[in-house]
Amino acid sequence: MRPARARRSRPPVARVVLWGLAAGVPLAFLAIFFAWPVLALVGRGFVTDGSLDLSGVAEVFGESRTWRLLGITLGQAVAGTVASLVLGVPGAYVLYRCQFRGRTFLRGLVTVPFVLPTVVVGVAFRALLAPGGPLAFLGIDQTFTAIVLALVFFNYAVVVRTVGGLWERLDPRAEQAARALGASPARAFRTVTLPALTPAITSAASLVFLYCATAFGTVLVLGPPGYGTIETEIYVQTTQFLDLRSAAVLSVVQLVVVAGALVTADRTRARRENALGLLPEAHGGRRLSLRADAVPTAVTAAVVILLLALPVATLVTRSLHAADGTWTLDNYRNLATTGGPNALSVTVWEAAGNSLRAAALAALIAVVVGGLVALVVSRRPRARVGRRALRALDSVFMLPLGVSAVTVGFGFLITLDRPLGLDVDLRTSGLLVPIAQAVVAIPLVVRVVLPVLRAIDPRLREAAATLGAGPGRVLATVDLPVVLRPVGLAVGFAFATSLGEFGATSFLARPDTATLPVVIFRLIGKPGAENYGMALAASVVLALVTATVMLLAERLRGESAGEL
Amino acid sequence: MRTTITTRSVAASGAVLALALTGCASSDTGDAEGSSAETGSSSVTLVTHDSFALSDGLLDEFTAESGYDVELVAPGDGGTLVNQLILTKDSPLGDAVFGVDNTYASRAVDEGVFDPYLSSALPESAAAEVPAGESLTPVDRGDVCINADLAWFEENDLDAPTTLDDLADPAYQDLLVVTNPATSSPGLAFLLATVGAKGEHGWTDYWTALSENGVKIADGWEDAYYVDFTGAGGAGDRPLVLSYATSPAFTVTEDGSETTTTALLDTCFRQVEYAGVLAGAENPDGARELVDFLVSRTVQEDIPGQMYMYPVDGDAALPDEWAQFAPLADDPFDVDPAEISAHRGDWIETWTATVLG
Repeated sequence: MRPARARRSRPPVARVVLWGLAAGVPLAFLAIFFAWPVLALVGRGFVTDGSLDLSGVAEVFGESRTWRLLGITLGQAVAGTVASLVLGVPGAYVLYRCQFRGRTFLRGLVTVPFVLPTVVVGVAFRALLAPGGPLAFLGIDQTFTAIVLALVFFNYAVVVRTVGGLWERLDPRAEQAARALGASPARAFRTVTLPALTPAITSAASLVFLYCATAFGTVLVLGPPGYGTIETEIYVQTTQFLDLRSAAVLSVVQLVVVAGALVTADRTRARRENALGLLPEAHGGRRLSLRADAVPTAVTAAVVILLLALPVATLVTRSLHAADGTWTLDNYRNLATTGGPNALSVTVWEAAGNSLRAAALAALIAVVVGGLVALVVSRRPRARVGRRALRALDSVFMLPLGVSAVTVGFGFLITLDRPLGLDVDLRTSGLLVPIAQAVVAIPLVVRVVLPVLRAIDPRLREAAATLGAGPGRVLATVDLPVVLRPVGLAVGFAFATSLGEFGATSFLARPDTATLPVVIFRLIGKPGAENYGMALAASVVLALVTATVMLLAERLRGESAGEL
Repeated sequence: MRTTITTRSVAASGAVLALALTGCASSDTGDAEGSSAETGSSSVTLVTHDSFALSDGLLDEFTAESGYDVELVAPGDGGTLVNQLILTKDSPLGDAVFGVDNTYASRAVDEGVFDPYLSSALPESAAAEVPAGESLTPVDRGDVCINADLAWFEENDLDAPTTLDDLADPAYQDLLVVTNPATSSPGLAFLLATVGAKGEHGWTDYWTALSENGVKIADGWEDAYYVDFTGAGGAGDRPLVLSYATSPAFTVTEDGSETTTTALLDTCFRQVEYAGVLAGAENPDGARELVDFLVSRTVQEDIPGQMYMYPVDGDAALPDEWAQFAPLADDPFDVDPAEISAHRGDWIETWTATVLG
């Protein structure tokens, strides 16, 4: 028996190995399915005839267009993030802290836009705003404003869910105490609640920033003609100009922007992230009071009705109409076909099946890998270098959201033929589809689970350890119960992200295993009322499937709450 | 009670995951077999775009004749497909490729992506579409043209325009929407039509005139056709849109007697899609047989109904309504593929500077 002190300074081998594995497995996954493909592709842009060639850098930065694109990208991402936060935080309060009838339904509804195919929504949005449309009087067709509104539409759920997930379990007594001591509601919110929510808000902000900076379909459809961001320019340079050198430089610029955003978020979080008084189960919240909660209720009602429900309702209504304006279910009946003049190679229902299978696998991978990342990152090593390493690990797993799908998709093509000596061409095997989806779902899992894990008071773990619990037992009795609920949410988010993933999937899907977003894109790319109607109907189906999945995830966590 | 619900839903989601896993696992083993070395010679992989389709059973006929199973891979279309072929030329994605068009082909040829192959099965009538260098086999073709909403022109008592010059005529002010050549393939094709029509020095003046006449630019085809165009059931305000010569066949009235839109056949650019054998293919023989198969009469006559392109075989039978609603242009504009390859970037940049300012 070694003395206790010696054990502390030199942890048992088993524990080191286990934590090493917990960090190593996700890192290996990310290295193979993200870092290697991206670096290989970017590398090609900097190598000409076998030697390093940096002339592209000077060329790209010498053009005023590059700087303009950088400015637009930052402006768009900042505007989209700020608007989503300003509108989303009140939403998190109303939907997660207040009780009212229909709350569960609303929680599902706000998630729907998150996975809707951007091109279809873009076209549906523009149909409202364009000359001749019902909202033409706003005069925002093909403007920056339209893009920002659409970005809020897609990202509102990220803010509401991430912030709401923490908020509903925040011990209300701290705020009540502040109020009892005479603080106004606004002051109590600012001095007590807001600081406690900061980790979740920064989490949400960094996610939304990355989504906004890399938005693609929305930007092309809704923006002014020729409007471009770094993301769209990478696409244009790669697919139209066939200029990999410029695309590589732009990919690096994009990485720098994303890394900058992540470092900023990390700094903010590190300052704020402390153990919080978290309740072990969702705090039911109090009844919504139209007087006391007037401001958040009004903001949320306006956003939900005008910005979320209106476009979704337009989409649904339009999907129930024939080209001549009569009501019909034909668009839905046609989902069992391959479209007008065989626009598709599989029926929409087959594609939906493909999507569900791929998304289930992707969600599984994402929850396992993302859960491990969150677990490792939530530790608080004593050594400073250890803490730094964990924070870096956290940021690294966010990167896939900030890198162009074109870069990742093309990177796969040049690296994953017979990877690691395996005799399987992964590029064409179809297995890469769920993997690529998991790569973009992992950051969401981490962001949903981590704030909750980090908020666990480390003294609880220490106490458990002092009382003789082994590390496994500490995890099982302290971390696991708290984490089960966000895991339910994480599964839902991962599943939803995977269902909606289009970018990388479109480079990997085989015609016979096309996913729902891929066939929707295909349908809207063909003329004909039948195809357009089917694209809308298929989008509604995608939205319904997503909402159902999210509601189930929500239910799972609601039910399990009773057992804890 | 709560516990049972929880258990049940957990079990249910577990079952879904298990199903998904087995589903994926089984299809993966199938793929692995298909691409593994021992069985490699019995299958041929076709890299194509996702609109590739043939009638059920047609590929089985090929398998019966040749002994090769066909695997399909569809990583992208247009420029995406070409760039993917270039990037993967040291380890190709398959054996044969179909769907590279004349606006991108010469770039891929220059990069050494193909093992030159002009099918001997190609009918004489398709000779005109054979690319210089004969390294690829033409399979189908189609035209990108301005489409007009006939009902709109009738209602407004205006004759629909017919030529490129008409589009710049003040009588048609603010009526046209086209797509951005930097982000849309038909947009690039139409830019090429104007280069072909007005010459390398005249096309920018033409676009200046179009701009002055109020041409609207959308970044994507779906955006232009479904939002801005008046003839696609939406609330658009532009009765002239850039689309395809085949598009009017999608707007045929319920009784099939007429179409509500028409393509202006004097404004077209001809796109030709090629098939080829990839350099470094594992199964080059199978690839060549597959290319031969694509220009066989059976496949050629299947193409209009399945891919909505015109067969390259001029003698292949066409569906009846095609002659009526979706004829090809007699004399489309064209530009030498080598010129396109050399100037694509400059032209798009000049276009952007001229039209978007």
